[in-house]
Amino acid sequence: MQRRRFLSMASLAGAGMAVSPWSSRVLAATNDTTSPRFLLVFLRGGYDALSLLVPSTSSFYQEVRPHIALPLATGDKPGAMPLAEQWALHPAVEAPLRNLLQARQLSFIPFAGTDDTSRSHFETQDSIELGQALNGQRDFQSGFLNRLASVLPGQSAMSFTDQLPTIFRGPVDIANTSLKGKINKGLDKPMQSALAGMYAHHPLGAKVREGFDVRQEVSMEMADEMEAASRNAVSANGFDQEARRMAKLMRDRYALGFVDVGGWDTHVGQGQVDGYLATHLGQLASGLAGFADEMGPEAWRRTTVLVISEFGRTTRENGNKGTDHGHGSVYWALGGGLAGKTVAGEQTTIEAKTLFQNRDLPVLNEYRAVMAGLLRRQYGLSPSALDKVFSGVKPVDIGLI
Amino acid sequence: MAPPAQAPHALRLTRRQTLLTLSATLAGTGSLLTACARLPAQAQANPHAGIAREPAHLTLDNPGLYRLVNRLSWGASDAELNLAYQIGPGAYIAQQTADATPAALPPAAQSQIDGLTITQKPLITILGDLEDMRQADDKQPYQKELTRLAREAASRHVLRALYSPQQLREHMVWFWFNHFNVHQHKHNIRAMLGDYEDQALRPHALGRFRDILGAVAHHPAMLRYLDNDQNAANHINENYARELLELHTLSVDGGYTQRDVQELARVLTGHGVRHTDKIPKLRREWAGLYVHDGAYEFNPARHDFDDKALLGLTIKRRGAGELDEVLDKLATHPATARFVCGKIARFMLSDQPPDTLVKRMSATFISTQGHIGETLKTLLYAPEFTQAEPGKFKDPMHYVLSAVRAAYDDKVILNTQPVLNWLNRLGEGLYNRQTPDGYPQTEDAWSSSGQMTIRFDIARAIGNNHGGLFKTDDGSRAEQAGFPQLARASYYQFTRAMLRADTRQALDNTASPQDWNTLYLSAPEFMYR
Repeated sequence: MQRRRFLSMASLAGAGMAVSPWSSRVLAATNDTTSPRFLLVFLRGGYDALSLLVPSTSSFYQEVRPHIALPLATGDKPGAMPLAEQWALHPAVEAPLRNLLQARQLSFIPFAGTDDTSRSHFETQDSIELGQALNGQRDFQSGFLNRLASVLPGQSAMSFTDQLPTIFRGPVDIANTSLKGKINKGLDKPMQSALAGMYAHHPLGAKVREGFDVRQEVSMEMADEMEAASRNAVSANGFDQEARRMAKLMRDRYALGFVDVGGWDTHVGQGQVDGYLATHLGQLASGLAGFADEMGPEAWRRTTVLVISEFGRTTRENGNKGTDHGHGSVYWALGGGLAGKTVAGEQTTIEAKTLFQNRDLPVLNEYRAVMAGLLRRQYGLSPSALDKVFSGVKPVDIGLI
Repeated sequence: MAPPAQAPHALRLTRRQTLLTLSATLAGTGSLLTACARLPAQAQANPHAGIAREPAHLTLDNPGLYRLVNRLSWGASDAELNLAYQIGPGAYIAQQTADATPAALPPAAQSQIDGLTITQKPLITILGDLEDMRQADDKQPYQKELTRLAREAASRHVLRALYSPQQLREHMVWFWFNHFNVHQHKHNIRAMLGDYEDQALRPHALGRFRDILGAVAHHPAMLRYLDNDQNAANHINENYARELLELHTLSVDGGYTQRDVQELARVLTGHGVRHTDKIPKLRREWAGLYVHDGAYEFNPARHDFDDKALLGLTIKRRGAGELDEVLDKLATHPATARFVCGKIARFMLSDQPPDTLVKRMSATFISTQGHIGETLKTLLYAPEFTQAEPGKFKDPMHYVLSAVRAAYDDKVILNTQPVLNWLNRLGEGLYNRQTPDGYPQTEDAWSSSGQMTIRFDIARAIGNNHGGLFKTDDGSRAEQAGFPQLARASYYQFTRAMLRADTRQALDNTASPQDWNTLYLSAPEFMYR
């Protein structure tokens, strides 16, 4: 990693270098194939982390989840696959990510999360995306990925979503486009320039021009995919297709990316080795494997993907073979430059006496401290730049990269 | 100032007249340009004296009247402007806020609705028919039928929003759906959407908040969506209890605790869904407590029969009625008034509505026991409601519907599918919000670069030709419909004066009427209301 280059960029940002949202993004988006890449994947709905990372030595876990605890795989009986001391991994995730696991490019951070205990999806998603102190006055126009973008001038960011999420709100102009499904070509040049004229002196003008540029970039990047499709080649679909498209754009143009995946609020019948959650986790994992594959080894070495969710779910199953809103979660980190820890961060055992409020996993790895530690390594950010992203937070390096 | 009586049918223009009037207007003979609309005398009497008193003489200039209509309705069409212009803004507001019986649509739209399964069959019958399909080995017909029923509901929703004379009611139906959001792709909710809108939301959209809250709490769509059909004594599921407090009434900072959520979850036990007329066998002391209405069921065998304590109330154990007592408390709580009124003001007027206005609305809400129509009057009669600034950025629903209404006025579309597709592309598909918080309504949620580009695509689809709106899916019916004529009299009378120089210049430099339409519907001014 070219640490020195980022140090100098970060110091420029610290010195208050003005970022012109229009010109800087477009210039950078044309050709940036050398800077580190960071993708944040947000699992909206609070996924059940204890079905992903199974506490393999906890009899308590088996007791309090009589219908949904994952058994360990034995012989030809499918179940959670041993991963590390006291942990095993859901088989639907282990299979597609086996290669990355063997290459030590996949780490899990249990007991991760926020100190927000509202157990509300929306409240907690907001507070995580804003990344501000919980007890202070909140600025809803300042998401932490926007602040991160502001200390990475010259690099461009993209939200792979239909709307710009809270996490990217702020003064730096961030492009967005969903890469799900069919990609459209858009208006012809004369109409584009007429429209640009209409918006020339309007506050939305920069976004309008940016939209045209992104459309063009995407259709250029997807040209080979479209050609393959026209030859009736088998193509990926669902999240796999979306993830591969994200990888193409991030490999060539975007240093910072965000995507969200919904459908994790499993109050009822979440399943076990098979079932709803297993299918959903499997699709996510195979998409992430596709992302790594599409990045290619060279870009993947400079890439870190972090998968987070607003909270974990209750340790005990509820009355409907599902789980309710809880607290601590398990985050995932993937990347070609990971240090190789399979399970990272502070840990404890999972038993009745270690639970938070006698119901949930505790949070031992506060997300802002962990991310600040990660971003410091990833980008070589200066203390002042880091403080701009997560004000007043002491970075904790859990040795991910 | 010319009172409307002297300028009748100012906007009642056929397409043939358009060109003629247009040239007359351009020649400067259009006295209407300076006409003001005035509140007729009979609308001044207030049936709720002391509540939302209408201003004695509500007069608005043309831009003001345009904003009133454009903000109150799903977008200013010529027909809507014409109506408000004729009867005057005060009478228009009184008519729109009246909690009258839902009215029929123009025949061309009503006939499309009359033919739907969801119009012809009650929910319990629909669910009964589905039950047979559900038990078949091949599940595909069952899934297809669910999807078809959801499409019917969506289609009806769009037709009503585009063509109902009760624009404010339909506007609020969407608001309430979004407030009490359910997601179509859970279980069999697709079959319940039509009934949910028609029985729980639409009749009460301008009535009392307590009524809509109660109707939602007893509707199978909500009970299923938030898992309350799974909530039973000793098998507690907190999902609905939490959202009922956080999203439907008090709001997240409304002062309730985790303990209140747990207690409310116990109150809610037993309120669930039953698809068939088969009634469960019950112990004798419970038989009289059992309730079955449509597909809603209260099953005492699943209810937690202990006293509960929440929000300062002690709820004596007695079955279904416990919930009514809690809803009474929640519906009249000051935190609910503040939350609901703030949300309505943000929806109708501005991302940051004036605090004083929201306070006035809350006062009306409280003094009228949560009467929504009266609360809306306080908002609509307020001088702030028709001011130009700051304006409200249209979310996709407003953008798409207002574009279709502007382009085709009261010419009824034959196919709602293009409209539904556009909403999906823009990320605000009907019944597609997965989470119970509903779609956000602020500019920053909908004005990103990707969003703008898609809007321009849609503007082109509507402006260049009819965008598929005038032919049915199976091609059995199609109408001759070329591209719309947006550069018509209402443009010269109302909107042109409100455009910025850049927009006017781009429009004036455009030779083809199709491109003119596309640019008009893409203009920054058209993104706001």
